[in-house]
Amino acid sequence: MDEATAGGLRIAVLVKHVPDAQFDRHIGEDLTTVRTESILSELDEYALEAALQLVEAHGGAAAGHRVTAITMGPAAAVGAVKKSLQIGADDGVHLTDEALTGSDASATSKALAALLRHLGPFDLILTGMASTDGETSLVPAQLAERLGLPQVTFAASLELTPGDGDRTLSARRDNDTYAETIESSLPAVVSVTDQINEPRYPNFKGIMAAKKKQIQVLSLADIGLQQDEVGLAGSWTRVEAAAPRPPRNQGTVITDEGDAGVRLVDFLAGQKLL
Amino acid sequence: MTTVLVFLDHAGASLAKSERELLSLGASLGEVTVALAGDADQAYLDGVGSYGVQQVYRPDSAAVSEVLVAGKAAFLAEAVRTTGAGIVLLGNSYEAKEIAARLGVRLGAGVITDVVALAADLTATKSDFAGSYTVDCRVTTDVAILTVKPNSFDAIEAGGPSSPHEVRLPVDLPAAVARVTGRVDKPVSGRPELAEARVIVAGGRGVNGDFTPLEALADALGGAVGASRAATDAGWIEHSAQIGQTGKTVSPQLYISVGISGAIQQKAGMQTSKVIVAINKDADSPVFEIADFGIVGDLFTVLPQATEEIRKRGL
Ligand SMILES: Cc1cc2nc3c(=O)[nH]c(=O)nc-3n(C[C@H](O)[C@H](O)[C@H](O)COP(=O)(O)OP(=O)(O)OC[C@H]3O[C@@H](n4cnc5c(N)ncnc54)[C@H](O)[C@@H]3O)c2cc1C
Repeated sequence: MDEATAGGLRIAVLVKHVPDAQFDRHIGEDLTTVRTESILSELDEYALEAALQLVEAHGGAAAGHRVTAITMGPAAAVGAVKKSLQIGADDGVHLTDEALTGSDASATSKALAALLRHLGPFDLILTGMASTDGETSLVPAQLAERLGLPQVTFAASLELTPGDGDRTLSARRDNDTYAETIESSLPAVVSVTDQINEPRYPNFKGIMAAKKKQIQVLSLADIGLQQDEVGLAGSWTRVEAAAPRPPRNQGTVITDEGDAGVRLVDFLAGQKLL
Repeated sequence: MTTVLVFLDHAGASLAKSERELLSLGASLGEVTVALAGDADQAYLDGVGSYGVQQVYRPDSAAVSEVLVAGKAAFLAEAVRTTGAGIVLLGNSYEAKEIAARLGVRLGAGVITDVVALAADLTATKSDFAGSYTVDCRVTTDVAILTVKPNSFDAIEAGGPSSPHEVRLPVDLPAAVARVTGRVDKPVSGRPELAEARVIVAGGRGVNGDFTPLEALADALGGAVGASRAATDAGWIEHSAQIGQTGKTVSPQLYISVGISGAIQQKAGMQTSKVIVAINKDADSPVFEIADFGIVGDLFTVLPQATEEIRKRGL
């Protein structure tokens, strides 16, 4: 991963196929996530958009830049890659293997690190700030650690200063108590927040063009990993039980007749919340 | 006895509520030692001491905080090796989770984030799918790394203040790191921290740029002010006030949702609140589905009346 490509930028965007939050989401009896009605994680759309904007700002495909959408997951997960190709990624990769089922963040980052080493070198590895299913946001930092790369995480803005072999990345990120500016050399792992841009939608031209783009399908063996290094066997955490929270009962709804503020205070007093 | 290493990032003037919760949780699990990344005043260190902590580990150079995440993870890994800790506790900020993430890889240890309860056998409870599932999970490795949500554990001091012994640790920074080149402090509001607040009054697009009636009610209730993404995107309030999937997740005793429709991404951040009150002009707003008490009405008349009523009752 060390020698960044001198010419065009090679950007990997990690995209995840996740249960659509607009529907009820479930954990199955085997304690893994039920992945029907799944979509490209909307938080990854910001990473893809950031990649496309960086490339466009620096000469586009004509300058030799390339954006590769990468996913790992069951057969249907390729949908996340296809959508990315429609939006504008140049090509795609799908790592799929039964043994990956139930991978926690550590096993996921192990598989993705091996995959990126196999496909690399990349100048930039872009991800969303968190998956919308696991929601841990552990994977980008773990990838950076595993690949020995700088991490620029939770970037709310991103700029690339081109140079010959010494391109610099600058970013801003917000914390509770302060805002930071960050600088990094490439290659780097970068996760972006939903503050960074407005993701574009696929248009007709993009949908047609996507049909001709390549998707490479790989298995664990292809990237040199053993089955027990990932999935439930290779995870360092284990889910022991999962139960749907009892739905919140809808309480009283009143219509203001000029005294709603007083009735609110009555309610708070009744709940001992004052 | 298990050694529990509690990570404290950068010290404020005194221990924050969430830091006190971490230290108490630690004390209930074993012998607590602290790894502190930045500088601290004596008062802060004495506060740490009042939780029975006898040793505070510090990095021997400021460089760990000048690079992003990797430096603090390297320091913490060194502290775990030195102390032989079996449990590492961190807060639940984005940065704390990332430090935990890298530490996990360094130590070959499992990480569980967003912990809200912990059994004696270290089975951790957390919410999944935006609060719609409760999940129990366990770390299967020798060392367990847990990031703990504020407001989930009580803070119980072990005794009076005492000065813990400071130990400096040499830290090898990774070769490839991102550097922090600038840091601008945000203005402090004087209100409680969102993640720790007992009461939150949150406003959305419906406040139409004017948060003053929300601030007045929040102040009357001793609460914090939060917002939907529509309100932070419009620039009416700091982005750090955003509650939801891509903002903060909060679970206060009382959440008052004002002029917020209740989109799934907003609910994701607040639906584990103990009591939810919603005020919205539109009776069909989805927020009413999860409200314990809903008011269909105009926030600009309802809020001032409520604030005035609280004052009148001398509460
Ligand atoms: C990837 C992604 C991440 C997101 N993350 C978040 C997140 O973290 N947090 C978040 O909040 N949103 C998030 N969103 C946005 C979310 O989908 C909604 O768009 C947003 O929550 C809407 O904000 P709102 O309810 O304030 O605005 P609206 O949906 O416009 O609702 C405004 C409400 O105010 C009411 N109203 C207007 N005037 C008054 C009045 N005078 N008195 C009383 N009521 C009034 C209206 O009836 C309406 O219901 C995210 C979206 C995406 C795609």
